Amino acid sequence: MLVLASLLSGLVFGLGLIASGMTNPAKVLGFLDLGGTWDPSLAFVMAGAIAVASVGFAISRKRTTSLIGAAMKLPTAQHIDRRLVVGSAVFGVGWGIAGFCPGPALVALGLGEIKALVFVAAMLAGMGIFELIERRKSTPSLRSA
Amino acid sequence: MTIDWSAFTPWSALSGGVLIGVAAAMFALLNGRVAGISGIVGGLLKPASGDIAWRAAFVLGLVGAPLVYALVATVPRPRIDAGYATLVLAGLLVGIGTRYGAGCTSGHGVCGLSRLSPRSLVATLTFMAAGFVTVFLVRHLFGF
Repeated sequence: MLVLASLLSGLVFGLGLIASGMTNPAKVLGFLDLGGTWDPSLAFVMAGAIAVASVGFAISRKRTTSLIGAAMKLPTAQHIDRRLVVGSAVFGVGWGIAGFCPGPALVALGLGEIKALVFVAAMLAGMGIFELIERRKSTPSLRSA
Repeated sequence: MTIDWSAFTPWSALSGGVLIGVAAAMFALLNGRVAGISGIVGGLLKPASGDIAWRAAFVLGLVGAPLVYALVATVPRPRIDAGYATLVLAGLLVGIGTRYGAGCTSGHGVCGLSRLSPRSLVATLTFMAAGFVTVFLVRHLFGF
């Protein structure tokens, strides 16, 4: 059930990304280009998404299990630290140079775009680098081995 | 700043956004999690996590979305102006940055702001600002 719910959520998310135009990097860059001719569409995508999602989160916050009995695993982290800010800034630079963030890139991959494949492969490599660094940090004994 | 009225698509943006909101709400209510795509994908790279199936299913849904969309309407082709070297650099930065910052446009932007998380608000303002500055530098200062 969890897997099916996950598949459906990913599918609806992807359909929303296509319908909104956000799978097109040129359109995303049009939003990020405040200095040129500005396309405010992305702000409307966010507004539509947040209007609906906030209702879903308000309901789920009061629940101890999900509608199909899964444990609630909503984030609990509160701290605002350097990792959060620096990481987000690095992401923003990457987003700004190509116009792709993770979701739209995966949908564009499904469209058979070779350029999206290149981006996704590099993104996975970046995530892999993060994992390697984190694993080294958490197991200092490996460093000497 | 001038608004590009020919590119501005408020209605499709809003309705697509509503679908994204429905997906995020579904995922929270059914799976009890935030639909943070960088986190879902990043978790696939942790071999011992034991929760590969639902993550892979979510990604499959995203990748399969164009196929389903095509049953109803023509899927618009994305315009990707960046060259291959730029895409590799962008992908690396997005991969590393979203994992250090613990989220991207979906997890912090859509879900975090919907949950009124101060942490996500800071993250969203930061990556938006970085995106604005980057595009300004690339397009208007260096003139690529």
